[in-house]
Amino acid sequence: MKQAAAVLLEILRGAWITFRHFTVNMVFHTLRLFGIRTRRAGAVTIQYPEVKKPIPPRHRSLHRLVRRSGSDRPRCVACMLCATVCPSECITIEAVENPDPDVQKAPARFVIDLSRCCFCGFCVEACPEDALRMDTGRVDLAERDRGDLIYDLERLLQ
Amino acid sequence: MIDILILVAKIIGALVWLLVLTLYLTWAERKVSAVMQDRIGANRASILGLRLFGLFQPFADAIKMIFKEDFRPSFSRRFLHTLAPFLSFFFVAVTVSVMPFGDRIKIGGRTISLQVLDIDVGLLFVLAMLSLGIYGILLSGWASNNRFALLGGMRGAAQFLSYEVALGLALVGVVMVFPSLRLSEIVAAQGGLLFGFLPRWGVVLQPLGFFVFFVAALAETKRVPFDMPEGESEIIGFFTEYGGLKWGLFMFTDFMEIVIISCLTTTLFFGGWQVPWLGGEGFVFPGGGTWTLPTWLVTVFRVLAFNVKVAFFCWLQILIRWTYPRFRFDQLMDLGWKVLVPLGLVNIILTAAVLSV
Repeated sequence: MKQAAAVLLEILRGAWITFRHFTVNMVFHTLRLFGIRTRRAGAVTIQYPEVKKPIPPRHRSLHRLVRRSGSDRPRCVACMLCATVCPSECITIEAVENPDPDVQKAPARFVIDLSRCCFCGFCVEACPEDALRMDTGRVDLAERDRGDLIYDLERLLQ
Repeated sequence: MIDILILVAKIIGALVWLLVLTLYLTWAERKVSAVMQDRIGANRASILGLRLFGLFQPFADAIKMIFKEDFRPSFSRRFLHTLAPFLSFFFVAVTVSVMPFGDRIKIGGRTISLQVLDIDVGLLFVLAMLSLGIYGILLSGWASNNRFALLGGMRGAAQFLSYEVALGLALVGVVMVFPSLRLSEIVAAQGGLLFGFLPRWGVVLQPLGFFVFFVAALAETKRVPFDMPEGESEIIGFFTEYGGLKWGLFMFTDFMEIVIISCLTTTLFFGGWQVPWLGGEGFVFPGGGTWTLPTWLVTVFRVLAFNVKVAFFCWLQILIRWTYPRFRFDQLMDLGWKVLVPLGLVNIILTAAVLSV
């Protein structure tokens, strides 16, 4: 009998928790619906495509190639360190002689296959010229065509 | 001729009421459960960019289910497999015909009761139809040629049979207090006052009966604390082998059962269409004040009261479904046979003792 009473009490307490969440959230929802500013919203949901979570400053997103200052060519000297360190083997570089006499090489092709990339950021760490960065803030990279996931030099410079 | 027209209008009205309420209960379940869990819930379905809190979601679901493949497993019994969802749907849908939505109204010298069928065994009719719903479960389990579905059907049948006993025993008390099986008379008998201020509702006269009835009725809807028959998340249930619109029919039946159970609870224990202290002429408050209302307004109030009560019990069932974990099957049987049935018997004895004094 004592145990049955305890069980009944727990059942009621369980119902009280969901009831409390329901009423409190409904109050906030209703206040927000009528345009009244409240301390918090009725739900913790972030309505993704319209509202986006702020991206932390040390995030890793889509790669970009940094341009050489005073030029529109990339800083990259085609040293191949990024392609070597890449665990997914998704970077392909073809080097040519750099028109600038001070620099030895420049990339003729610089392709990152995002369908293979695991966004580890090793390429950025390895780059001695600080030519490659992952700070574009673009994280919604899905495409309908695999071909669109292969980023070449021109797209990476944008 | 005009009687037949009125009857047809009543049938269509009751069915439309039930189906629309059920349709939006699927939406309400998603939204209410979302609010309980600090979420937002389905709000993306839109027509021309008009979202309205996702009110078009049921239609989107329906369109999706209609266009799915009508799958039937090999070696299943084609006729029984197709028949099962229709059976369970029919036996639940037909019970709405005896629910009293309001008092009798007089239009042009004609008395119309706001009830499709005012039969003198209304309560038994509801119980019989809810029991026949077992056939839908058993047949779907049997005809699927899937032994897990069959086990789910057997679990469903065992649960239904066990809880029907408790349900029946709980209702005996109600029939003893309001001596009738006609639902309109049971509601009419709840119009009086107790001690001059308390509405003479079933829950006041039969608190224990209400408890037993409500728990047993929750088990009849086979939703989460009692969802052994289907057990969608872990154990395999009786409609595993159904897809598309047939599966949708089973789900729709589940939600329709919620509405029917809410109607029944309202009718038997919460005064049906009765509003506290509202008579045929208007409000007569226990303090002595009166507020005279025209007859049509009284009728509107009463139909509204019925709907509000039904909506409240639908909400309460959603709350219960999203609060409690599932019973184990032996715990379920324990609760049914060792708790609810004895409580129902105690209730009958207590009621008889009080009535005989």
